[in-house]
Amino acid sequence: MKNNVLIAGAGPAGLEASAALQRLGYNVILIERSETIGGHLARWDRLFPDGESASAALDSLIEGIWGVKCFTDTEITSANRLGKSFNVILSNGIIVHADAVLMTTGFDLFEASKKEEYGYGIYDHVITNADLEAFFRNGSDPRINNPSRIGFVHCVGSRDEKAGCRSCSKVCCATAVKQACEMRQAFPNSQVYCFYMDLRLFGRHYEDMYLSAQRDYGVRFIRGRVAEVSENLDGSLMIKAEDTVASAPLKVSLDLLVLMAGMRPSVSGARIGSLLGLQSEDDGYFRVMDGILDAQRSTVPGLFLAGAATGPKTLPETLADARAAAVEIDKYLSVTFPEAKDFKQLMRKGW
Amino acid sequence: MIYEGKQKIWSEYQKEIPDDHYFYVRSCIRQSFFPASEATFLEITRNRLGKDIFETEHHTTCGGIAYHSDAIPQETAMTIIARQFGLMHKYGYENYVCSCITSFGLYCETLETWRQFPELAAKIADILWKTCKLEFAKPRFIVHASDLIYHYRNEIAAMARHRLVNVHTGEPLKVVEHIGCHYSKMFPSKGVGGAEYPYVLAGMIEAWGGQVVDYPERRHCCGFGFRQYFIKANRGYSLSNTYKKFESMEPYHPDMIITNCPGCPYFMDRWQYVIAEETGKTYGENGHGIPVFTYEEVAGLVLGYDPWDLGLQTHQIGPEPVLDKMGIKYDPSRKYLGLKGKDLGMPVCPGCIK
Amino acid sequence: MVDFGFGIVPSSRINLDLFDRAKFEALATLEPDVRKCMACGSCTAVCTAGTFKATSLRAAIEEIQNGREKKALEMISGCQLCGKCFMTCPRGINTRHLILSIVKIYGEEK
Repeated sequence: MKNNVLIAGAGPAGLEASAALQRLGYNVILIERSETIGGHLARWDRLFPDGESASAALDSLIEGIWGVKCFTDTEITSANRLGKSFNVILSNGIIVHADAVLMTTGFDLFEASKKEEYGYGIYDHVITNADLEAFFRNGSDPRINNPSRIGFVHCVGSRDEKAGCRSCSKVCCATAVKQACEMRQAFPNSQVYCFYMDLRLFGRHYEDMYLSAQRDYGVRFIRGRVAEVSENLDGSLMIKAEDTVASAPLKVSLDLLVLMAGMRPSVSGARIGSLLGLQSEDDGYFRVMDGILDAQRSTVPGLFLAGAATGPKTLPETLADARAAAVEIDKYLSVTFPEAKDFKQLMRKGW
Repeated sequence: MIYEGKQKIWSEYQKEIPDDHYFYVRSCIRQSFFPASEATFLEITRNRLGKDIFETEHHTTCGGIAYHSDAIPQETAMTIIARQFGLMHKYGYENYVCSCITSFGLYCETLETWRQFPELAAKIADILWKTCKLEFAKPRFIVHASDLIYHYRNEIAAMARHRLVNVHTGEPLKVVEHIGCHYSKMFPSKGVGGAEYPYVLAGMIEAWGGQVVDYPERRHCCGFGFRQYFIKANRGYSLSNTYKKFESMEPYHPDMIITNCPGCPYFMDRWQYVIAEETGKTYGENGHGIPVFTYEEVAGLVLGYDPWDLGLQTHQIGPEPVLDKMGIKYDPSRKYLGLKGKDLGMPVCPGCIK
Repeated sequence: MVDFGFGIVPSSRINLDLFDRAKFEALATLEPDVRKCMACGSCTAVCTAGTFKATSLRAAIEEIQNGREKKALEMISGCQLCGKCFMTCPRGINTRHLILSIVKIYGEEK
């Protein structure tokens, strides 16, 4: 018999792991609580550092899950241990006898309105990174009205203990630099400012992107966290920050402010996690067996984790994590259910 | 500006304000700065609204003025406060309302300190008993007097003789609201509407027909601060902060300013003269400044009290432009008469500002 | 005027609205490397003139972009064009030409 593997969350990690496990000969059931698959990637326009199309990347991920049983609009309503397996009841009435469960529940975008001082939802021209991607996809947003002065605020809901988010979200610096360049492409006469605390541009090609933002797009990087935003009489924004390099407080009027909302642990992921007895760390992300040697295995046997469910990750990191999880699950199932082994070998010989 | 966005934040910061039975404590300085404000508060709450607001001559300062000037340590201020709470308990009250923002902030700070360090609260309770023979107690609810006027704003609106509306044009008056820093900046959840977009005064303005002006430096401190005015050389700091606020609100042409702190209305009123003297600039119409009021004074005007009974003659900036706009009748010859017609004498009026 | 013994203190805050973009573009046309600085401070650390007088090309670039041109000129006025900053700059900025270009664009009013 084939082992059943249940994967919760059809974002990039869930899609990639589904494809890999399907190929390894398992019976994969992929569930997604929203109406569409693709997660945050489905709402993004272009990807750093090289500006690849997000929808093209998603399309090829979706191509890979051919044959996977995928249920959208579906949540886990209850889950019990049943011997070495899990008995999982889904909201669509289907009961899955899963020999392994993979959590690819991803992240939530930080709710920018929680940072009240930035006035998201109050001032006319304050948007988030996600809003800007939607603008790039759709080409219109009433808040973006041919702006000539644009600001990006890094670390909104990241490195902010008072907002309950101590950790760095990892991807926002690179996203801000990417979006800053894109805004200069969209509005060639604009002046773009990036307000950062530290620039964390660690990946391959990232430094090139940063240099290009400075040299080719004239983006001004100001080291200092935006502390307060207000609205001027003409509807433009007044921003207060410190230029910490110049050691002086600073103000500037802007026509558009983009808040780089960070990654937060997924709320619905946490709900499933508690059904399955998963542990979280103080930062809200799921605990893994070992952060270095065993980063895809949870502390519960048969329960695996991949992607941003275990902390902020870039897209390539998420995909690599998903592939690694597939290998770990294969290893676990082969040992735990040796009787299924012959069938798998048969399957693989047939490729 | 998206009004619904503000409403959402306001709905998240609604503190519980009991309707009646309060122990009232006054401010150290408001009675000399704005002599009728506290009396007006008691007049409105007791006589017009029929509330039980108890006051005893045994209460003192909260100690905040000395605490914030580094003259006394926190424990001393806490003991003074414990005595105030002890008096409240002795007279059978559990709701506490204070007139001063500095006090309000210090009360919140003290209660939070006692919550986090119960051993300190026990020590203060011990000192309180040894020194005053009063029982240590904490108020069940602590509110600022502006919270209470906010709470009654619709009842006051229902009895209004005048509204914050220009009777000549029918347009709402443009009102700047200025919140004392220690009202909610230290503990956002203790203030109506939170710290970034406080609603306590905005709610009164809306209920009484005015239009709230939200200008870029709205959140900025008036620059008051005890250490800034105690020492003459530091007063430029206070003045410069007020100047920054007026420069920022100028393009909105506000008709008036409402405040809920002892210091802010005083300095926003008096510094306008100093700014006019130094720069020749006035921010109101025709050489006038922008009149600055306490919320009790405005509530009094709305309810139809005589401006001179509300003590508006003690303001640097004459209130007349606002009175004229609101259609309030007043007798200019009575302006400098005090209680029971006592002649206060004509002040020397500067030529640079009205 | 009444002497109060105190007065309005001028703001020390940087006002980016005062940044002269056209002038900066003229500088960037003359020496595009001005955009490449990442404020590492190497130039200031090795500056020969800096031993005697506050001198910093890093700060000068910062001040220009903050609309404080006078301060920027002050920060390079002690420069002896020795070239040490050019040797040390990790981004390979042509510091010598940049300093001369800054003086050319912003020093004209003198």
